[in-house]
Amino acid sequence: MTMTFSGKTAIAGIGATDFSKNSGRSTLRLAVEACEAAMKDAGVSADMIDGMITYTTDENHEIDLCRSLGVEKLTHFSRIHHSGGAACGTIHQAAMAVASGACNYCLVYRAFNERSEQRFGAGVQERPPTPTPMDVDFGWSSPFGLLTPASWVAMFASRYMHEYGATTEDFGRVSVAARRHAANNPNAHFYQKPITLEDHQNSRWIVKPLRLLDCCQETDGAQALLVTSVERARDLKGKPAVISAAAQGSCDDQQMMKSYYRKDISGLPEMELCADQLYRNAEITPGDIQAAILYDHFTAGVLPQLEAYGFCDRGEAKDFIKDGNIELGGRLPINTHGGQIGEAYLHGMNGIAEGVRLIRGDSCNQPQNVENVLVTSATAVPTSALILTQDS
Amino acid sequence: MSTWGNTELLNKPGLPEPRPTELSKPFWEGCKQGELRVQQCQDCKGYVFTPEVACTHCLSDQLQWVSSSGKGTLYSYTVIHRPQRPEFEAPYVAVIIELSEGWHMLSNLLDCDPDNLTIGSPVQVEFVPRGEQVLPMFRLQS
Repeated sequence: MTMTFSGKTAIAGIGATDFSKNSGRSTLRLAVEACEAAMKDAGVSADMIDGMITYTTDENHEIDLCRSLGVEKLTHFSRIHHSGGAACGTIHQAAMAVASGACNYCLVYRAFNERSEQRFGAGVQERPPTPTPMDVDFGWSSPFGLLTPASWVAMFASRYMHEYGATTEDFGRVSVAARRHAANNPNAHFYQKPITLEDHQNSRWIVKPLRLLDCCQETDGAQALLVTSVERARDLKGKPAVISAAAQGSCDDQQMMKSYYRKDISGLPEMELCADQLYRNAEITPGDIQAAILYDHFTAGVLPQLEAYGFCDRGEAKDFIKDGNIELGGRLPINTHGGQIGEAYLHGMNGIAEGVRLIRGDSCNQPQNVENVLVTSATAVPTSALILTQDS
Repeated sequence: MSTWGNTELLNKPGLPEPRPTELSKPFWEGCKQGELRVQQCQDCKGYVFTPEVACTHCLSDQLQWVSSSGKGTLYSYTVIHRPQRPEFEAPYVAVIIELSEGWHMLSNLLDCDPDNLTIGSPVQVEFVPRGEQVLPMFRLQS
């Protein structure tokens, strides 16, 4: 089955606020600032905007953004579930909406103060188990002290290490590469602050096998992107980043962060499901991808992603990484902006923007000859992914 | 270093308690009686956990609560140094146990050395009070 929207739409504008630990302003204002920046980047005016999409976890309503931005008519507005798994799902939704004619110029945004207001890393510490549909699964985990995203992910990491002989040094190399890339990125939290593998190994345990330097940045900020048809994008200011494929994936016995009841928890079946859709619809193979943005809320999740998206076989990511393949000049430079470990944790949206810059050729760590870029969303949740491609 | 041997630490006021539903009540009642229970499908014989209204293998509605052996192996674990709630005395060990019948559950490992744990080690269930409920936890078998 071919998806009829593949290759029909493009990301034509990107815009973000500063990324900080204390924005000093409301999330609504952050969202508006990012949307304005994306509209200016694309060269579209408020009267052209007719679609808006964000995460179900975003607290900023479309209608409030419309008032602030002067958008008069919205013909499509929708939201995507499952936290960081929604990242590329918002673009997937926008691409379908634009390709179907439901809207023509669709803003996609994510804004939060998740360091200065509601700390994301704190997980469900203030959310006792209740038998409501949204919370009932916590009744099987919170009493045992599994309360935070780090602890939920650590359980997958331990099993992965056991099955494939990966070590915390292998996780550390992902962090070192992210920080090296962030060191060249003036917008990154860790600009000019690279680390060594020794620094990583000396950082304290948060939830063994994850150390402090395996964890991403809780961030205040916002990111917006503008999706339109490839034809319309060609008439706008910048070079279009064509959405040659986008996909969502959820698999058997899926839970939010805690799909522990599956027979096998060392792989990422929901990502394999995305990978299969992406490669089939973009009509390319992993060999055609020159750079990738792999969701790095925690380093450990990057290894099985390299495997699920076909860059190496199951269990071989540690060797792929050790051989320098994820570095600049390597086979597949990843997270060239510094990732969510080095730049900012914007729930994956800042990674999509970096994917656009890689296609435009203006990343702060730009590899040569980038034709296709893979962007992924969160691991351990129902997820999504996309491939951005040069306009032919 | 050892973790979580004494039951006082495990039953501090403020620690999260399960809130049984109609569906999960037989599980938590079993814990109070010192019995680890799991649903088994009377048609395909598959085990189902967490509790469901119908069999997740064959959609049969003939699910029955049965007694588990309470024996299993350590399938995965994490040593929690930053619990995010002060009532949890860190470090402690959260685990996924693979029961002998093949099903997985989350729990804690009692009274162990967190720096010397081996995935695959045999474990046995024990029952530990938590407020008005009783939690199933596990101990390494030598």
